[in-house]
Amino acid sequence: MALNVRNEQALHSARIHPSPWMIVWVAIRSHKGALVGAGVFAFIILAVTIGPILYTVDPQVPDVSIRNLSPSLAHPFGTDNLGRDMLAQVLSGGRIAIAVGFTAMVLSLVVGTAVGVLAGYFKWLDGPLMRLTDLFLALPLLPLLLVIIMLFRDTLRAAFGPEMGIFFLIVFVIGITSWMQTARIVRGETLAVKEREFVLAATSVGTSGMRIVFRHILPNILSPVMVSATLGIANAIITESTLSFLGLGFPPDFPTWGRLLFDGANFISITPVRVLWPGLAISLTVLSINYIGDALRDAVDPRVRNE
Amino acid sequence: MKNFLGCVFLAVIGLVLAACSQSPAISETDAQTHGNGATDTETVEDLDTHLNILYWQEPSTLNPFLSGGTKDIEAASMILEPLANYDENAKMVPTLAVEIPSQENGGINDDYTSITWKLRPDVVWSDGTPFTADDVVFTWQYCTHEEFGCSVSNYFTDVESVTAVDPHTVRIVFTRTTPHPYGPFVGSLVPIIQKEQFKDCLGLRAQECTEQNFGPIGTGPFKVKEFRANDVVHYVANESYREEGKPFFRTATIKAGGDATSAARAVLETGEFDYAWNLQVEPEILDNMTKAGKGRILFGFGSLVERIIVNLTNADSSLGPDRRSQYLDGTNPHPFLSELAVRKALSLAIDRSVLVETGYGDGGRPTCNVVVLPEEYYSDANEECKTQDIEGAKKLLDDAGWVPGRDGIREKDGIRLSILYQTSTNSVRQGNQAFIKQMWDQIGVETELRNIDGSVFFGGDAASPDTYYKFFADVQMYTSNFDGEDPTQYLRGWRCSEMPNPDKSWVGSNIPRACSEEYDNLVEKLSMVADREERIEIVKTLNDMVVQNYWEIPLVHRARVSAATNSLMGVELNGWDSELWNVENWHR
Amino acid sequence: MLKYLSRRLLFAIPTLIAISFVLFALLDLAPSDPTGSLPITIPPEVRQEIRESLGLDEPFLIRYVKWMNQFFINEPLNLIDKILDPNDTTPSSRLRVLSWQQRSPVVDLIVERIPQTLWVVGFSYLVGILIALPIGVISAYKQYSWFDQIGTFISMVGFSVPTFFTGILAITIFSVALSWLPSVYDTTHEVTDFSSLWFQIKQMAMPVLVLAFYNAAQLSRFMRASVLENLNLDYVRTARAKGLKDRAILIGHILRNSMIPVVTMIALGVPTIFGGAIVTEQIFRVNGLGALLIDGIQAADIPLVQTLTFVFAVLIVLFNLVADVLYGILDPRIRYS
Repeated sequence: MALNVRNEQALHSARIHPSPWMIVWVAIRSHKGALVGAGVFAFIILAVTIGPILYTVDPQVPDVSIRNLSPSLAHPFGTDNLGRDMLAQVLSGGRIAIAVGFTAMVLSLVVGTAVGVLAGYFKWLDGPLMRLTDLFLALPLLPLLLVIIMLFRDTLRAAFGPEMGIFFLIVFVIGITSWMQTARIVRGETLAVKEREFVLAATSVGTSGMRIVFRHILPNILSPVMVSATLGIANAIITESTLSFLGLGFPPDFPTWGRLLFDGANFISITPVRVLWPGLAISLTVLSINYIGDALRDAVDPRVRNE
Repeated sequence: MKNFLGCVFLAVIGLVLAACSQSPAISETDAQTHGNGATDTETVEDLDTHLNILYWQEPSTLNPFLSGGTKDIEAASMILEPLANYDENAKMVPTLAVEIPSQENGGINDDYTSITWKLRPDVVWSDGTPFTADDVVFTWQYCTHEEFGCSVSNYFTDVESVTAVDPHTVRIVFTRTTPHPYGPFVGSLVPIIQKEQFKDCLGLRAQECTEQNFGPIGTGPFKVKEFRANDVVHYVANESYREEGKPFFRTATIKAGGDATSAARAVLETGEFDYAWNLQVEPEILDNMTKAGKGRILFGFGSLVERIIVNLTNADSSLGPDRRSQYLDGTNPHPFLSELAVRKALSLAIDRSVLVETGYGDGGRPTCNVVVLPEEYYSDANEECKTQDIEGAKKLLDDAGWVPGRDGIREKDGIRLSILYQTSTNSVRQGNQAFIKQMWDQIGVETELRNIDGSVFFGGDAASPDTYYKFFADVQMYTSNFDGEDPTQYLRGWRCSEMPNPDKSWVGSNIPRACSEEYDNLVEKLSMVADREERIEIVKTLNDMVVQNYWEIPLVHRARVSAATNSLMGVELNGWDSELWNVENWHR
Repeated sequence: MLKYLSRRLLFAIPTLIAISFVLFALLDLAPSDPTGSLPITIPPEVRQEIRESLGLDEPFLIRYVKWMNQFFINEPLNLIDKILDPNDTTPSSRLRVLSWQQRSPVVDLIVERIPQTLWVVGFSYLVGILIALPIGVISAYKQYSWFDQIGTFISMVGFSVPTFFTGILAITIFSVALSWLPSVYDTTHEVTDFSSLWFQIKQMAMPVLVLAFYNAAQLSRFMRASVLENLNLDYVRTARAKGLKDRAILIGHILRNSMIPVVTMIALGVPTIFGGAIVTEQIFRVNGLGALLIDGIQAADIPLVQTLTFVFAVLIVLFNLVADVLYGILDPRIRYS
């Protein structure tokens, strides 16, 4: 969320009010759901950052003697069909899943919102930008991915190493293939908001276009953007799993939540807990972000605050 | 607006109510219609005479010469027949021929340049017209037409002519000595099509003959009733089939789509289907499914060997496209895999039984050979690789001067034993990759794993860096085999001249880029020698050269794995031909 | 309005041509290969011949123009011939768009797949909307009530757990354990009487519900957010001050004004019905348009994928236009000139 909040910061820098972090904190504190959400989220972040340091089992090492185990003291989350420890995999998989989820979401949100607002507010941009959106919507994902991977994988691998290179590639791919929905929604809302009285008033007193966009339009279309953000994270985590499965993602022995869920699905009648953990982790992350998002929206929505 | 919302609410309530009232109703009817695996109400009553087959890869055409994969060939094999098939022991059995030609019965001439097939006189096509030698000749003309792009044209490369001696005799003349002249028209890859039906479909016109390609007239036990490309094929029994009373099933369906695991489930757990094809799934999943007691797993061992191919040329990504993974007359060797000791150590470090246990179960056996079946070709000289020898591998590397560096990875002259290991995307292969990485880790070799989508990896797009031909990695893993019981063509693949390179659009079958004059000479000899004993000896020697030079590291002798419902009888899973080769004998 | 519409429609033509070019270029660049799933025993030289017979050795632009000619000129002309003289069975001399996997006309393949796609994907979309809208409205109207909390929870789980998992779960429960529902969809099944209709409902139940759950989760969140936004607007307060009942305000004013993001979502969603649902279709073997597309992509069947994605692009452009028109109807302040 950090990056996203910084955006908000930029959006409101023109306005005079207490620091945005303050508002966020106040909003979360006064909001029961958000408080729980923030707690759970903090726990997840802590678990995936510190967890692998405390729980030192290597998530990548298979062991043929401990395959398909149910949870036990030695393996609290059980093991998979190659005898790899599930807890270690969920912990280390979370790092990537959350990093990918957030960065890709932020990228898609920034692109989507920018395109949407510009198209909605400036009439001369509407046509070209929306036709561009149509084009991206029409592109079939899989061939696009294959092409991008083919063109850029080796260059990025050489520049950033196999894991970081793939990370940038995946974030980029997910980001540029998922902004269109946000753009369409934001544009629709912008079209409506810009005809409202306060925008018309601001225009009539000669406020510049950019200023109107930042001060009046953006704060008023925040609701759907927040929803897009929450759904975007889940979407990015799931898309990443599909990419890994297709051999377009991280190396195959590199666990991510989406991939753990995918690989576990076939073992549902042998070790049912195996799909439970990654599924639970993804759901909890998305759910907690959703509640924080709710509170944030209440906090920055000018009307709610004025009451 | 008010009305609209009201409607929405009513509709939702209606749905909820419907859902609630539905559930008991479903459980009542399921005993009659669903429990017994019927998928179509009209077939409920003739269940005993209907065969339900599941292919998770989708048949796209029923013309095997235009096929894009095994799925098409097998779906067509219920309709079209070759002159002879291979049985489950790789022995030829006559299908449309009276007998298998040999020198003893005069079917093959003295210098092995022609073969004469006697056709069964009693065979008619499913439209009632007689099957004659003209159809065989036409099939040859059809496949070898230059503009056509026949998927099995390699069977006819050495064929000079195919002529009809009389309506029931066909002579095939070869351009050179062919000690094993059974390539053309043997096995379901090369069946006979009807001249009358396809006569206007030669060359480029073949593509426009959708009606013919989707509904070929055949001599086989079934004929097409309805074909929906990539979805479903409905067959009915061919009344004019030559064997009285066969096939035992009156109708059959091949349904397609989905993945291997769910295909296994539909036979073994829900019992909706009688037979499911090609189930490369982790063995414990299949075992767990058989506990439902509805079906059994079948294995058919053929010549499939899962192996690691070692890149003997330098595949470093810093090399330009004009050098990377190219032999260049031996001037571009791999920095460390060109050393025999390193390749041997990699093989010694692998515990093949672990790969079998976790990935193949009863459908695989550890192996050290690239030619494993038919049995007479099996070489006993390489058995020691079946036992893992970590210490031996370490010693080998130590002796060769590869010593562990600070991080435990062995190095020599600044070169680290760091390997990029690629294969196609498949959960069993990724499991094997993980284990092999760990085994190599134990001897101080670092491994980076990569998986590539099968359609790219096995494709031949010269622009793609990820095909197995291009081999822009240090080692790669896949399964290879040979058709029929004769490995000559397969062994010819390791000749120097077969190396893929940009001049040949990166096609070629010498994937490890191995080059040995001795091997080339011996393999040429194999193509000339007719004596069976001598051929066997040469095949064994060639196999030993491939594996003892560690151009390729054989891992697992794989079976074809399929599932059949308990009541289905007569299935003999065949590792050498179509799995449906004897579908006329299947019964309940 | 009419002028706006005709201008947009006119502008759509160059847009679509540009899209078709980009699509073709993309597919041409993609590294998949039509001979990729041939048995490994087929030698490389034969594969090369097959590629040549498909015309892959011709230059890119020529292949693109050929496709344009086949799709925009030959296909419609053949169709007109067929309509004018339905009894004429002689094959036309004009070459249709032929797929590489099946070597049969792509348009016929697409038409063959439409029924099951509409039955399953289309119907699930409808069910999804019917579930999502009321849930979204009530959740917003009674924000932070138990209904809202449960609705939020379920829809977030619904969105976080992908269909590849819910599909397998549903099969494990309803087909394997209970054996209530078939796990394989029969596309050749025909509804003729009550019992066959019942079978159709049974085989549709799982894929439809799995998909609807996923779609509804997403849509209900947007609906909720939008209604919430509007609940605090001035006109709502005015209406309240005038003494209007809450329900009347909700239905008469708020709902209408909250529809903009939802209309966007639905307009984006309708074309995806024709794009099929790749994962769900695979799991239940529905073999609709989604399965056709993914098969085509994996087999590098450029004519098929090109045609399918182009039809898809037409629908996208069309439905985005519909959405724009609907904006104007929902909110008369939005003007297009």
